[in-house]
Amino acid sequence: REKLDAIASPLSTDEEPNSYDDVTSYNNYYEFGTGKSDPAKHAHELTTRPWAIKVGGLVNNPGEIGIEDLLSAYTLEDRIYRLRCVEAWSMVIPWVGIPLADIIDKFDVQGSAKYLAFETLVRPEEMRGQRSTFPILPWPYAEGLRLDEARHPLSILAVGLHGEVMPNQNGAPVRLVVPWKYGFKSIKSIVSMRFTEEEPTSTWNVQNPREYGFYSNVNPNVDHPRWSQATERRIGGGLFAKRIETQMFNGYGEQVASLYDGMDLTKFY
Amino acid sequence: MAQSRYWTLMPEWLVYPIALLPAAHLLWGAVSNTLGPDPLKVLENGLGEWALRVLIAGLAITPIMRFLRINLIKYRRAIGLVAFIYVILHLSVYLVLDKQLDWAAIGADIVKRPYITIGMAAFVMLVPLAATSNKWSVRKLGSAAWRRLHRLVYVIAVFGAIHYLLLVKAWPPEPIIYLLIIVALLAVRLVRPQRRLRTAS
Repeated sequence: REKLDAIASPLSTDEEPNSYDDVTSYNNYYEFGTGKSDPAKHAHELTTRPWAIKVGGLVNNPGEIGIEDLLSAYTLEDRIYRLRCVEAWSMVIPWVGIPLADIIDKFDVQGSAKYLAFETLVRPEEMRGQRSTFPILPWPYAEGLRLDEARHPLSILAVGLHGEVMPNQNGAPVRLVVPWKYGFKSIKSIVSMRFTEEEPTSTWNVQNPREYGFYSNVNPNVDHPRWSQATERRIGGGLFAKRIETQMFNGYGEQVASLYDGMDLTKFY
Repeated sequence: MAQSRYWTLMPEWLVYPIALLPAAHLLWGAVSNTLGPDPLKVLENGLGEWALRVLIAGLAITPIMRFLRINLIKYRRAIGLVAFIYVILHLSVYLVLDKQLDWAAIGADIVKRPYITIGMAAFVMLVPLAATSNKWSVRKLGSAAWRRLHRLVYVIAVFGAIHYLLLVKAWPPEPIIYLLIIVALLAVRLVRPQRRLRTAS
């Protein structure tokens, strides 16, 4: 496993990270199956080189970012973040990544751009979940952020975890990490970034708009229609781990709450 | 009915240790910490899924008799009681390990979460069936009334499958397959056996 050189970040939590095993054997990545252990079993079938993210839409400077560029032309940072899944479990993950804002700036975004839309790779030959007769989700997996969310210092493109190159089951070679939103917003194996004026579609929102909104900020006061979001189970604590209370914006409220000033978060969930 | 005696050579009581092997395996995995990063969900979901499988086995007895002419009825009571044991274990894990006896949260779940409401309803209906799964109760209630009561298992099985379906994201195949199997096993009960059809016409 290839090591990455990264510097510490003041934005990291001092909570104890989950073990490498926990982080890499318990994944939601439906391109490789719906079971939590499916990605660890099948994601090795994906080849992640060569790899580039196509960047387009409302930019003056469209183009591509190759994975080698990401790994060499930027200062990598360790970012230890809480991750809260919409399914009411959580982990603490030591990501290695690059502030998304630094990448956005290279492309000279036009003034009319308000959103950033992302897409995951579609490659059924290597992603067995995309080969099924009844697709579990419409592919490609798509996600989006408001541009101010994307530029927020907490938003990163992650290329590794636990000081090593990103394992395939966690979204290799490059994925988004937005720690104050439910995990599914942090799209994996990104191949496209487009700047848009209109709010982009997001896969789970299309799949079930009543249950998954565009924003999907972690919010203990707005329940999922089918289960409570007030508490969560921290993975790794074993059978008798106590449930913990979910924090507003996953505990990042001090940094991000102002992004949503004046918005009714029960409506924009 | 022609019946090979080999089908029923196994004593009834052996159903319990055999059908409870998966439970023992799961519980042992929980104790020895081999269920992966999230042992609670593996245990909770595993027990629930086995409850459904055993319920399906119980529902299959009648169609097997009608269409395959194999009479396994002597095992049905034990199968039903094993299903009940799985449901009790599944419910206990939910109450004690998942919700950690937070009765306010559990109460809110039952009232507000349809999958919990339906699961609880299925459990409540299963209690009288388990309680009357003995010879004394059949005699006491009378065969006709006992049969009528035990038809509740049709509702319970459908509720169990819906309980599963309502808890998953998107539409993964497993809960859909359970529901289809259960509906099929109920639907074939509406089909009269051919022999009788012929004599009737």
